[in-house]
Amino acid sequence: MIDGFLALYIFMLAAFTGYEIIARVPVILHTPLMSGSNFIHGIVLVGAMIALGHAQTPFEVGIGFMGVLLGAGNAAGGYVVTERMLEMFKSSKPAAGKEAK
Amino acid sequence: MAWLPDVIKACYFLAALLFILGLKRMSSPRSARGGIVWAGVGMLVAVLATFALPDMHNRGLILAAVLIGVTAAWWSGRRVAMTAMPQMVALYNGMGGGAAAAIGAAELFSYAGTAVTLLDGGQFTADGASTPGTAQLALAVLGALIGSVSFSGSLIAFAKLQGWLDRRFVFPGQRVVNMLVLAGAVVLGGMIASGHLTIPLIVAFFTLALLFGLMMTLPIGGADMPVVISLYNAFTGLAVAFEGLVLQNEAMIIAGTVVGAAGTLLTQLMAKAMNRSIGNVLFGSFGASGAAAQAIAGAQKPIEANDAAVMMAYAERVVIVPGYGMAVAQAQHKVWEFAKLLIERGVKVKFAIHPVAGRMPGHMNVLLAEAGVPYDLIADMDDINPEFPQTDVALVIGANDVVNPLAKTDPASPIYGMPILDVANAKHVIVVKRGKGTGFAGIENALFYADNARMLYGDGQAAASQLVAELKSLES
Repeated sequence: MIDGFLALYIFMLAAFTGYEIIARVPVILHTPLMSGSNFIHGIVLVGAMIALGHAQTPFEVGIGFMGVLLGAGNAAGGYVVTERMLEMFKSSKPAAGKEAK
Repeated sequence: MAWLPDVIKACYFLAALLFILGLKRMSSPRSARGGIVWAGVGMLVAVLATFALPDMHNRGLILAAVLIGVTAAWWSGRRVAMTAMPQMVALYNGMGGGAAAAIGAAELFSYAGTAVTLLDGGQFTADGASTPGTAQLALAVLGALIGSVSFSGSLIAFAKLQGWLDRRFVFPGQRVVNMLVLAGAVVLGGMIASGHLTIPLIVAFFTLALLFGLMMTLPIGGADMPVVISLYNAFTGLAVAFEGLVLQNEAMIIAGTVVGAAGTLLTQLMAKAMNRSIGNVLFGSFGASGAAAQAIAGAQKPIEANDAAVMMAYAERVVIVPGYGMAVAQAQHKVWEFAKLLIERGVKVKFAIHPVAGRMPGHMNVLLAEAGVPYDLIADMDDINPEFPQTDVALVIGANDVVNPLAKTDPASPIYGMPILDVANAKHVIVVKRGKGTGFAGIENALFYADNARMLYGDGQAAASQLVAELKSLES
């Protein structure tokens, strides 16, 4: 479906996108962003589901099951951790004004 | 149901779009909280679409595995303390790498059962399913290699940060052995990709790949772990992209590549903040240079909490420099309480954060944010360094290497050349520290012996509480 060169173009454009998004990011967001990108590669879950869905021998099913388990852990864990970190970035002004009084 | 595949494709497209937009939003503090939700919706859409794929078997098993994985990770992610975030990121990242490796393994093993002759554009198996071309096999092998390294490496990183493995394992000739292991894995991978799909070969390949991840990470010290985790994060992204190419799944290709590129840049930024190259982190032996560091003249001069409190209460400008020690002692709330009391007295208080304070860049900002410190009181190194000469008191709490002037003056020091916070330029420096020992990286700190420095010995939490109490008694 995707021929070799089309895949290469997708690869190139996506790589530039990732690079550009991070390029201007403030230091305070490095950890949440690393965590966020960690969540995004949790999309591996989809691939693991496909692998398990196409598995035939019990051995392949075993590997696929492990894959889905790990992928689901990556996605869910990545989401929770990132969300908890970002939850703390309250808008500063009102909070500062109130607490400094 | 001819429309179903198109709907699924559209879902993957939507997911990829939401990932990119989410990541974009996450790169600004104001929209960051929404960003993760966007990406989360994208993930949900992609997973649901995958369930609807027409030719899937084992749906019950898939659902069970998803539920178990999600529940376990959700539960652990909810209850872990903020200070432990970096190792959790390492753990979840390792899981992603493992999943990518598992996809590669499933692909390779499924072909191993059927005799295939390749090299001339592929062949057909007995049951009529088309076999992969060399390019597809090579991608599966590459993804599996990178994913396996990321998996075992991240688990070691997790164990180290968790404190389960606090020694560095170093032996002579280590680099050569590591390179041999990697070369072995690459050679086996090449053989597999060129059509030698036998089960022993595939097993040996995965064993070597996993072993390499282990051996590559074991000699790296805890202080360098953030860079390593970030690198493995990029690795996992790449592995996912490669396996996505194998499975012809656009969402995986795009999300994986974006993370691979973003992660690589993030790794470079982190390494730069520590003034080290990525190669140096991976293959150098930090703190084992052997060169005799300069002996430091003078003695550490102690101060009592009440004197320290008075000093800061009557200061005009105070800069608080928090480090990981503060976070370990869970003192950030007390420190912020202290800072608020100072602000009430009209003292100008700022928090200065070194790019690698904490265990990861930005980790300290997260910890301060948790305590409720508004982020406009938090200053970056480049902004705050010119202000130290006008600062009356710099309160260093739990930070060590990032304020060590030896980084500027002693070429024999392992941290020589690392940019630091110039707290020594402040009129007075108060250092809260547990004891007289050296810090996390095991390096002597000249700041503690400086003429304008006073040591307030004690656990971060206890010291901050004392300071708060003294400040309150001053007011009454």
